[in-house]
Amino acid sequence: MTSSRTDPLPGARATTAPPAAGAAGRAHRQVRGGRRRHRWDARFSPYAFIAPFFLFFAAFGLFPLLYTGWASLHRVSLHDPTHMEWVGLQNFSRLLEDDFFWNALRNTFTIGVLSTVPQLLMALGLAHLLNYKLRGSTFFRVAVLTPYATSVAAATLVFAMLFGRDYGMINWALGLVGIDHVDWENGTWTSQLAVSAIVVWRWTGYNALIYLAAMQAVPHDLYESAALDGASRWQQFRHVTVPSLRPTILFTVVVSTIGATQLFGEPLLFGGSQTGGGSHQYQTLGLYLYEQGWFNFQLGRASAIAWAMLLILIAVGLLNWLIARRLGRTR
Amino acid sequence: MGTTRETGTTGKRTVRGTHRTRPLALGLAAVLGAGLLSGCADDGGSSAGADGKTTLSVGVFGVFGYKQAGLYDEYEKLHPGIRIQENSTERNEDYYPALLNHLSANSGLSDIQAVEVDNIAEVSRLHADKFVDMAKAGGVDKSDWLTWKWDQAKAPGGQVVGLGTDIGPMGVCYRKDLFEKAGLPTDREEVGMLWRGDWSKYVETGEKYMKKAPKGTAFMDGAAGLYNGAVASYPVKYYSADGKLVYKKSKAVRESWDLAMRAVDSKMTGRLKQFDKEWDQAYANGTFATVVCPPWMLGYIKEKAGDKGAGKWDVAAAPKPANWGGSFLTVPKGGKHEKEALKLATWLTAPEQQAKLFQKQASFPSAQTAYKLPEVKDAEHAYFDKAPIGKIFSQAAEGIPTTPLGPKDQIIKTTISDIGILQVEQQGKSPEEGWNAAVKKIDDVVED
Repeated sequence: MTSSRTDPLPGARATTAPPAAGAAGRAHRQVRGGRRRHRWDARFSPYAFIAPFFLFFAAFGLFPLLYTGWASLHRVSLHDPTHMEWVGLQNFSRLLEDDFFWNALRNTFTIGVLSTVPQLLMALGLAHLLNYKLRGSTFFRVAVLTPYATSVAAATLVFAMLFGRDYGMINWALGLVGIDHVDWENGTWTSQLAVSAIVVWRWTGYNALIYLAAMQAVPHDLYESAALDGASRWQQFRHVTVPSLRPTILFTVVVSTIGATQLFGEPLLFGGSQTGGGSHQYQTLGLYLYEQGWFNFQLGRASAIAWAMLLILIAVGLLNWLIARRLGRTR
Repeated sequence: MGTTRETGTTGKRTVRGTHRTRPLALGLAAVLGAGLLSGCADDGGSSAGADGKTTLSVGVFGVFGYKQAGLYDEYEKLHPGIRIQENSTERNEDYYPALLNHLSANSGLSDIQAVEVDNIAEVSRLHADKFVDMAKAGGVDKSDWLTWKWDQAKAPGGQVVGLGTDIGPMGVCYRKDLFEKAGLPTDREEVGMLWRGDWSKYVETGEKYMKKAPKGTAFMDGAAGLYNGAVASYPVKYYSADGKLVYKKSKAVRESWDLAMRAVDSKMTGRLKQFDKEWDQAYANGTFATVVCPPWMLGYIKEKAGDKGAGKWDVAAAPKPANWGGSFLTVPKGGKHEKEALKLATWLTAPEQQAKLFQKQASFPSAQTAYKLPEVKDAEHAYFDKAPIGKIFSQAAEGIPTTPLGPKDQIIKTTISDIGILQVEQQGKSPEEGWNAAVKKIDDVVED
């Protein structure tokens, strides 16, 4: 777009050529200058266009990442963040024997599984249903996306009330069928289930729409020939839809895993405290990082946790890549 | 600022010709870059306005009530050259780390900064050199304040980093209707006599209450409230006078912990965590009979218990005088308007203003001279059956012990409550397990 406009029209060049030599030369120089500018333009403009992203990334992504890495090798107190005392890898080695860290890692993993697996399965089912010819399909598609549009805080506060011990609606409903009150927040599994429920509620619709988009790209002939071969709806789903969705499923697994590793807002607001319950029974890595940095004022330790989380994510990424490669090969 | 001006020029360029997209992109990048840089610039401070007025900024957390009580307006009228601007952060958990950051960067500080009592020891120990010595400010009379309050803001070198604003002498708020049904006296004097002088008598009253307790009610909200009240009534809590961490062996912690365990054991607690949603709902439903309450909690109870609880609540003296909460005003050194800020801080914390603030916002004065002023002396609380709160709480305030504070007081207290007691009370663990879990966490925090 830029290039075609800065380039003078060829016709215009032809008409400027005949007159006096001096003028022609000037015109020629102008044209050459224009061309040079054009080349320069074409070459560097794209960089200028993407520069804002990289500037922002450098300032708010890369720099904090590196600085956190640097801080993780020091003892840094929130009292005097500019004063750093070199401690080498001590912040990392102490993590190895830190029960709170392993507890948080375990919780992050179990909450991650509890939330991601049902979330994606339900999303797949929902997408399959939405893929049928439906009256008012747009309405349903928007409807499944609404939880995604709610803020974490609002959703979590509502869920915390639903899961309340004395006056929660879920316990009230359980009471109707004769089941005793469950102290959701204080049990390990119950609290993790509750936190997972918030995540599932918020993200199922979003993933369903991604699956739906991928499903609609599956060629219709495949279903027709499957139907001709006598495949039932379920068999079509299993043998046509799911295999065609493989790359999409992989993508959602990766995105959900990253989200699960960084889980923070839901467990923080669910109990309203950075400890993640009286026994840290639902304290995630993100929450533990927050506690170390902003309540214990140990920024060095918090940085080490942040980097441990990064390393975990890289490991998960690698694992995912290996699986993707194997899946590609088997095909 | 610089950013807006640059946006203006690029804007003009785009008008001249759409083919000029490259400079536009470069300009945009420059603007964004400049934006990033200017984002780091200081904008929290104060300045002289165009009309020659000096603007003083006051950094606070939560609702301090100066604005609501009209004290800023009053000061501005008395000093026409001054304009006051309050920067409020909702939670101290966010406010305090930001304050520390601004202190170490020496930028973004307000002319006056409030500090909570749980943080004052840390601030006066680690950052005393960054604050003006309030003891030397003009018009400050040490004898106006309660001694223990004055001493809390004293740095090891003798400098005073902050002037006391409010305090939180504790009483016990109780439901008369529930007391009556349980066969206990309802008159506030008699109720106070039930447990006067000893927190264990409070637990004994609870045992009596539970024998005839109205169905579905508990004697107190949670064991942590009891622990908090009991432990604060000792002269030594978590730190010894020479600044050593002694919480594992301190008599205050051991006795208060044991009392809390006894309360849990006899099932007289509502198993509630204070300031949780469930706690609020329990107020509305009237499911516990007592709660340890400083003056600042009265408004909270009124709001949560609502009309349904009207005429049922009253307030009696606590077994022993103890303090919960309160704040200080500090003036960071090197501000543009240090002198004016000092004057304002002195004025805001003077006994007359503290009394006004109590009348309008129920922040209890830390200036003992204010207790003789009619705003405090004759104060009654309508919701609590016209309880003479001025009298009840000033008596408590005068008996509060001077307790050495330490840098990690707050985190030790919340860890013992929210981990230790909570594990026993709500998760069914043994007292030993609860205590060990709390100690493990505290050790992790205080370890270097």
